[in-house]
Amino acid sequence: MKIDEVPQDDIPIFRGHGTKAIYALDKHGRYTKTTTSGWAVEELVLRDVLEDFELKAAAAKTRILQGVASPIEYFVNRRLMDLSALAQAMGIAKWRVKRHLKPGVFDKLNDALLQRYADLFRIDIATLKQFKEILARDPDSRI
Amino acid sequence: MTLIPEFKHQHFAHCESGVMSSLLKHKGLALSEPMVFGLAGALSFAFLPFLKFGNMPLVSYRMFPGHIVKKFPKQLRVGYFRKTYRNPDNAMAALDGFLAAGQMVGLQTSAYHTTYFPPEMRFHFNAHNIIIVGKQDEEYLVSDPVFDQIQRIAGPDLQRARFAKGLSAPKGLAHFPLSVPDRIDMERQIKKAVKKMVRMMLYAPVPWIGIKGIRYLARRVDQLAGQADARYFRLFVGNVVRMQEEIGTGGGGFRFMYASFLQEAHDITGWRVLKEASEQMTDAGDQWRLFALEGARIIKNKGAKGDPGCLGELLRQCGEKERGIFKLLKNLR
Repeated sequence: MKIDEVPQDDIPIFRGHGTKAIYALDKHGRYTKTTTSGWAVEELVLRDVLEDFELKAAAAKTRILQGVASPIEYFVNRRLMDLSALAQAMGIAKWRVKRHLKPGVFDKLNDALLQRYADLFRIDIATLKQFKEILARDPDSRI
Repeated sequence: MTLIPEFKHQHFAHCESGVMSSLLKHKGLALSEPMVFGLAGALSFAFLPFLKFGNMPLVSYRMFPGHIVKKFPKQLRVGYFRKTYRNPDNAMAALDGFLAAGQMVGLQTSAYHTTYFPPEMRFHFNAHNIIIVGKQDEEYLVSDPVFDQIQRIAGPDLQRARFAKGLSAPKGLAHFPLSVPDRIDMERQIKKAVKKMVRMMLYAPVPWIGIKGIRYLARRVDQLAGQADARYFRLFVGNVVRMQEEIGTGGGGFRFMYASFLQEAHDITGWRVLKEASEQMTDAGDQWRLFALEGARIIKNKGAKGDPGCLGELLRQCGEKERGIFKLLKNLR
């Protein structure tokens, strides 16, 4: 890649966070470290995967209101994790996390465990506990 | 406020090699980022379908994270301090102690808790590398190689980032060089590093690594392209492209950085083979970018336009290109 071929697409994700370093050939065929404001391709693929998480989170909201899922299902997608990552980050077995996705089980969880979930999701424990009420009031909330 | 004297933030393409380059330079050993990357033999290709990361099989264009920090100092006979902690409070106290003593510290952190990242990029990735260069009030000053400015992070967030759990958990790892050798036999190091790379890329005994890995990925892409689940295919291709082009690769899945290393190595040794390999590695990087572009086109059109079947072929071309390069490098004296 030559320096004048380095994409400068000014992608929205990195806007306000400066530029990125990249290696490219100058006009003498020497490698130089230069900067890029991003490539539309990376923006596109990132958006695609974010959209996927977004859809899953929206589906989780509906399921929480229907009473068939617990708030954990929403936040795991909202925070761009999968169940294995969540279980590892919590330091508990995956089957336990899966169990906590059931509203009946979730309602009976003790505060200590809920606090660990809340810390990981970077929210208040109250938000986690009353998430269904919050959703009922404001279905568009994006915590 | 504490601040490491005479420290100048440098902007790098890749976090781990950047941190290493910065730390060594501050200690008086000037090695460019591509040089660190190349000498550490950090280039690779791996497609590990049995290791899932965010529901997607792991695709990597370099050695597993932590490789450089773990192996590189020993290889150069640099005296090096590395320590993991069990107790987060002790770890943060030790960090403050180092800073007070004028020692900057490399840390392994989770990108999920590094609050200065764009929110869309805060994935659960536990092997991000940063340098702490100072403390002001309750905020730490961070020299993060992939950002062009010094960043700030609050103490509690940094603690969480250092003690995130999961795959390749940082366990509070702190590291910095203690002493650097007077002289490094660059010719020997370069030769060793290149040979190691040839061995891995051409002769890895498993089908997931090196050229075999690229061909394996190509077969998988072919297979998925023929299947009905277009959404999974899109996400799968997106995942490969993301690993290749997201921040911290220097473009083209580290291939441009490696080409830069080969060029620099040629300047030092004068071995013709390296020059030729550098030029071809640039082509390989361009080829990977072509694959990324085609992949993005298919994702954008949701598979409606374009031929998904061509992606596998493009990957095979990347593989063949790289096979040629490493065959060439094999002839290194």
